[in-house]
Amino acid sequence: MTLDFVSNVDYIWALLPEIVLSVWAMVVLLAGVRRPDDPPANTAALGWLALVGILVAAVANGWLYGVTSTADAAMITVDPFRLFANWVFLLGAGLTVLVAGPYVTRQRLQAGEFYTLILLATVGMMFMGGTRNLILLFLALETMSIAAYVLTAYNRRDRKSAEAGLKYFILGSFSSGFLLYGIALVWGATGSVHLTEIAAVVEAGAGFTGLLLAGMALLGIGFAFKVGAVPFHMWAPDAYEGAPSPSTAFMAAAVKAASFVAFLRVFLEAFPTLYESWYPVVWWLAVLTMVVANLIALTQANVKRMLAYSSVAHGGYLLVAVAAANEMATAGLLFYLLVYTVMTVGAFAILMIVSGQSEDRLQVEDYAGFGWAQPVLAVVFTIFLLSLAGFPGTGGFMAKIYILQGAVESQLWMLAVILALATVVSYYYYLRVAWYMWMRSAAAGNDHARVWTPLPVWLALILSAGVILYLGVLPSGLLDGAMTSAQGLGVVRDGLLGLRP
Amino acid sequence: MVDILFFVFAATAVGGALGVVLQKNPVSSLLFMVGTLASLAGLFVLMEAHFLAAIQVIVYAGAIMVLFLFVIMLLNLGHDYRDDLKTGLGMFTAFAAAGALAGVLVSQLRGVEETPLAQHFPGPDALDQLLAEQGIIGAIAHPLFTDYVVAFELVGILLLVALVGAIVIAKRRV
Repeated sequence: MTLDFVSNVDYIWALLPEIVLSVWAMVVLLAGVRRPDDPPANTAALGWLALVGILVAAVANGWLYGVTSTADAAMITVDPFRLFANWVFLLGAGLTVLVAGPYVTRQRLQAGEFYTLILLATVGMMFMGGTRNLILLFLALETMSIAAYVLTAYNRRDRKSAEAGLKYFILGSFSSGFLLYGIALVWGATGSVHLTEIAAVVEAGAGFTGLLLAGMALLGIGFAFKVGAVPFHMWAPDAYEGAPSPSTAFMAAAVKAASFVAFLRVFLEAFPTLYESWYPVVWWLAVLTMVVANLIALTQANVKRMLAYSSVAHGGYLLVAVAAANEMATAGLLFYLLVYTVMTVGAFAILMIVSGQSEDRLQVEDYAGFGWAQPVLAVVFTIFLLSLAGFPGTGGFMAKIYILQGAVESQLWMLAVILALATVVSYYYYLRVAWYMWMRSAAAGNDHARVWTPLPVWLALILSAGVILYLGVLPSGLLDGAMTSAQGLGVVRDGLLGLRP
Repeated sequence: MVDILFFVFAATAVGGALGVVLQKNPVSSLLFMVGTLASLAGLFVLMEAHFLAAIQVIVYAGAIMVLFLFVIMLLNLGHDYRDDLKTGLGMFTAFAAAGALAGVLVSQLRGVEETPLAQHFPGPDALDQLLAEQGIIGAIAHPLFTDYVVAFELVGILLLVALVGAIVIAKRRV
């Protein structure tokens, strides 16, 4: 099927996954209306309903591979990059829905609205990955962000959740302001809000350089906030720690992935000719993020907060791919995002079931002796931790290798070295948790035997661990997919040896 | 005449914006903001965008600002917030950044008509013709429901998210 977007009907086909998911979100919202005395089984059914919607959207996304678009200037693009990104978002949303079910029931949260917001946030992400129009990009980003603010503050009985939501909301809206101002200035400088047209104007040298650079800087600040790059990361640890655990998993995985996809697309498609101006900034952001986040994570005794800083640190590794800006790095970023989504949601799922009803078992000491009390769970958690650390044999290792390869292809030697060193540092805080689980004997009166894993969470955990081990051993299939998706998303430039900072 | 009016509106817009950030009392800040938005409406009128000006006055200067005013008065802040206001270095940095941005904007203004990009935008003649054909509302509505229909629909989803979220967070009993 070929779409030329002469008729607006074509948008219905090009946007099929998004439309399916939006409609399904409203169905879930209506199905979630219930009386306060309804039995909790209904909330579980809502989770399965949301999951079916995600699966249908995934089928629609797969169908889009048979569709080609001839109109570059359309509001929505149909390219493999978007479709690959959609897999990541749908996977993140699906896993979150699976692990969130028991939590939502246990904490007596409003189930219908919770799943609706997750689905609509996913719609926003899919638009972010799929548009070349900056206006649409901003709207999509706001859709995703507002849903994420609400999901952060979702547990109203918890003061920390409300505080985290407020902080995230204020800083998030502030950063959206930067992004919007950046879009306005770029429009003023080039006369277009469409990425390919902006690139054409910039390449012809017709734009206003000062205005363009100012706009690019503001866009960069906005995206740096959204991806949580140091020094714009202040909101991240508090928001991640205070939010209900399923929301944290969703934010740390899917929301971050969407921000990176949009960041990469905007800078690689609109400003490839200005690469020399923006890559030093991204270079420094990546270095600061990797170094600072890993060093702070070392000192955390609270596992949830440690995972929050680890999520910031992973943002640093992904920024390396943005700075490298070649097809290998872009493919590595896509690969990394998929693996990262799976392992992050998995790690937060374990954290969620261990922390218990009142969410008070979050310290690393609480994991002492856990391995021998709950061997299967502990093995799965160890797999996630090793993958997050980037241990050979796991998907996380392969993902880091591909990003390193991309950095080396762009001759960013320093950045590659810092990435490798930061990874070594991160081994300490990931393995510390594993060490507590397996090497320390349990404290008297521990609750390990009472940790109970519901069926959907088992499903998500086994699936995630399976994906991580599979990609650790046989990564080439997914990498080929990522390479095809990254086609054309790289800065073409001549030899720049010696020009790196 | 138009030139004089332009400078009057521009001056009140900038002055009002400065007032918003310099006032310590939130209610006075808000009133300055109403002034800024109203001056912007005046600028729209000078550009013959009458519909936009009317919407600006009704929606922003009217409805939204009154809502803000209600919220500020209902919150009954007292004077506790004054300690949290940034002064000194914070203020200096903010003004330096804003000044730098203003400098960039002004520096780009010189010779703007001669640049190739200026040809990219439809001039006043094209706009007059469009207005004669479609009227001011048609000129806005036509692109909104054709070229930007996806963005329009996405705004619907955005508002739904905001609505559901606001109700979930603000509901009295859970």
